[in-house]
Amino acid sequence: MKLDTSTVNALKRYAPQLETASLLEKILFWIMVIFVLAGFPALFIQHFEGHYVTGMRDNVFWGVYIVNFIFYIGISYAGALISGILYLLNVEWRKPIIRIAEMITVISTILGPIYILLCMGRLDRLHHLVLYGRIQSPITWDVIAITTYLVGSIIFLYLATIQDFAILRDWKGLKVAKWRHALYRFFAVSYQDTPRQRKLVHRGMTIMSIIIIPLAVIVHSVLSWIFGMTLRPGWHSTIFAPYFVVAAVFSGTGVLIVAMWVYRKLYKLEDIITEKHFRYLGIILLVLGALYGYFTFAEYLTNWYGSEKWELELIFKLFDLSEFGWMFIFAAFVGVLLPIIIIAVPYFRSINSITFASVIVVLAMWVKRYIIIIPTLETPLLPMQESRIEYIHYSMTWIEWILTISGLAVFCLFFYLYSKFVPIIPVSESSSLIKNPEEELDTNEELT
Amino acid sequence: MNYKKTKKGTSRRGFLKNGLSLGIGAATTSGVLSSCHQNKKQESGEKVRVMTTDGKLVEIDASQVQESAHLVSNEEARKGDPNKEYVMVIDLAKCRNARKCIDVCQEMHHLPPEDEWIKVFYMKDSEDTAPYWFPKPCFHCNSPSCVNVCPVGATFKRLDGLVLIDNERCIGCKFCMAACPYSSRVFNWKENTIDDQVTDHHGAIESGTPQKVGTVGKCDFCPDMARMGKLPGCIDACPNGVLYYGDKNEDLVSNGTETVRFSELIYERAGYRYMEELGTRPSVYYLPPVNRSFDPEIGFKDLPDEIRERYDVSRSEIKKETR
Repeated sequence: MKLDTSTVNALKRYAPQLETASLLEKILFWIMVIFVLAGFPALFIQHFEGHYVTGMRDNVFWGVYIVNFIFYIGISYAGALISGILYLLNVEWRKPIIRIAEMITVISTILGPIYILLCMGRLDRLHHLVLYGRIQSPITWDVIAITTYLVGSIIFLYLATIQDFAILRDWKGLKVAKWRHALYRFFAVSYQDTPRQRKLVHRGMTIMSIIIIPLAVIVHSVLSWIFGMTLRPGWHSTIFAPYFVVAAVFSGTGVLIVAMWVYRKLYKLEDIITEKHFRYLGIILLVLGALYGYFTFAEYLTNWYGSEKWELELIFKLFDLSEFGWMFIFAAFVGVLLPIIIIAVPYFRSINSITFASVIVVLAMWVKRYIIIIPTLETPLLPMQESRIEYIHYSMTWIEWILTISGLAVFCLFFYLYSKFVPIIPVSESSSLIKNPEEELDTNEELT
Repeated sequence: MNYKKTKKGTSRRGFLKNGLSLGIGAATTSGVLSSCHQNKKQESGEKVRVMTTDGKLVEIDASQVQESAHLVSNEEARKGDPNKEYVMVIDLAKCRNARKCIDVCQEMHHLPPEDEWIKVFYMKDSEDTAPYWFPKPCFHCNSPSCVNVCPVGATFKRLDGLVLIDNERCIGCKFCMAACPYSSRVFNWKENTIDDQVTDHHGAIESGTPQKVGTVGKCDFCPDMARMGKLPGCIDACPNGVLYYGDKNEDLVSNGTETVRFSELIYERAGYRYMEELGTRPSVYYLPPVNRSFDPEIGFKDLPDEIRERYDVSRSEIKKETR
């Protein structure tokens, strides 16, 4: 296919991102690799010693792995809902950030289920899910929903990237290894940008963005039902499905803003990802924060106002500063009010402050998942008459810490490697965003 | 050889395995070794010859030879007897935390000391109500939440009312533990070293042994004992006759010393099921702790320190709540 000048200019702009890596990138890369590698000994120990090496015991039999699982499935909403909805609404400013959002979706949807596998006692029997699968079980619903969602979001990401693969294949100026050219050629599937092909890709994108939105809602609803279907205090709640969905989009938007900030700095995209993007996404974050705060208030008020024994026992654990009080304050107050104040007051609103608010949101949402899982499991209906403290109170062992950090490193690493493979800003969609590229090039040449 | 172990009666599992190999050869002699977890019988001195599967003739003491349960296939173990409906009745007026039920259960199922399939709780519902001891096996609910949520059908409800686990199928997702509101299920966090000499055993579903690492276990009402026409281990072990077990269709329950009509017992003593409001419809009935045989405080006497500590924590918590 023939590349017009604006595309070539855009390519020239993004080529360094694909061709070379700065010193900072290299340092960050190796730090991440070290963290990923550190996960392996922990993985081996857990595999060979059994789950006894984790902090999980008979009362608190699900720990931080489930927390991480919900967290990653939650942040996968960034791509599914944000990019899906913005695509359908044909919002112009979505273009530079849409790929970041979709990548978050795909990577976290792969990573999330890995944590479920870490939590399973018998990985060697994973095939039993197919062999003896029972549709009555919410876990089966989850398996079906997440697999469909993953396939759907990969197709969505691929359709949105296919034009870029073709551009990268046909641009002779790209100085990368031969195998990468071969991969571009493979993934471009002889796309030539004919009107018919363009129309097909466009139609595919529209269909996928319509499919992906309800799919995402289903995934997190089903996930919440794993807890909602049990008879435990704090879990057995009808608002759990919408509550989980809102919390997921909230955290997903937070991660998207943080990722935008990082790539903006890393690849010097200040003129493409602008203050406007942060402001608009910030406002979405604000609305979601208010919605999430509303759900939180409704949930805890109902439980606290009623006088049911176990619900109250749980609530008082959450209010007790010596138990989960600080976490509760952070997840329910700091994580909601601080971002809202920062974004709502124009005086505080800047790229850095919105990013800071997003970091708070992401952390608060992780803590929120922790205080959904652990306190409830520490509040069984029958008393825990134990002298072994680890059976009463859960605390993460170093194995779980390492595997959690290692998972985060895997997330960052995949994210980074993908951005080395394909421009983080869609070239086909955003070539018009680069202002006066000729001039810029001229001045650069003069300088050298 | 396994045989020696068997004779000492130290290993029920090893014994069953041995019984399996002996059973095939000895079928014609109609006497097969059976479970002997309470192998306290005196040796009679009389020897009996039985043949092993590899054709060896071995001589064992006649007291060890009993009618054995025939070994059941997995399909049969998953089905159960359609004519029976097993129930347990627990008389709270007689329990004084003797803990013999726990010991025998752990011995029978080769459980490590931290796994208790039947637990004895010290209950005190509120500040001014009376404390009582509360033995709690699995309730074998008629509307079992654990069975509903199992993604692979590893835990299932039988026609005779028992809820059992196939630990060869269990994937260890622990969802059943989340679903069970009575904390009846325990997870095998590490390899069971007590069972290391035991390999695969046909009919493991009913015997509940060996427990496999990474799977879930729980009280199974000892269906292997029922097949032999015996009461579950905990029933026989209780020195105070607290636990009754039987078939609701026959309307009879027994605590090993007396056999009574189930319906009459429940009617006369105003029996109830624990937490009826959860809608799980348990198969375990409780008789309220009235006209008690013991002062509940007796239950704290002669307890090992570790176990007394468990109740201390709980008691201080009760105090804290009521403050």
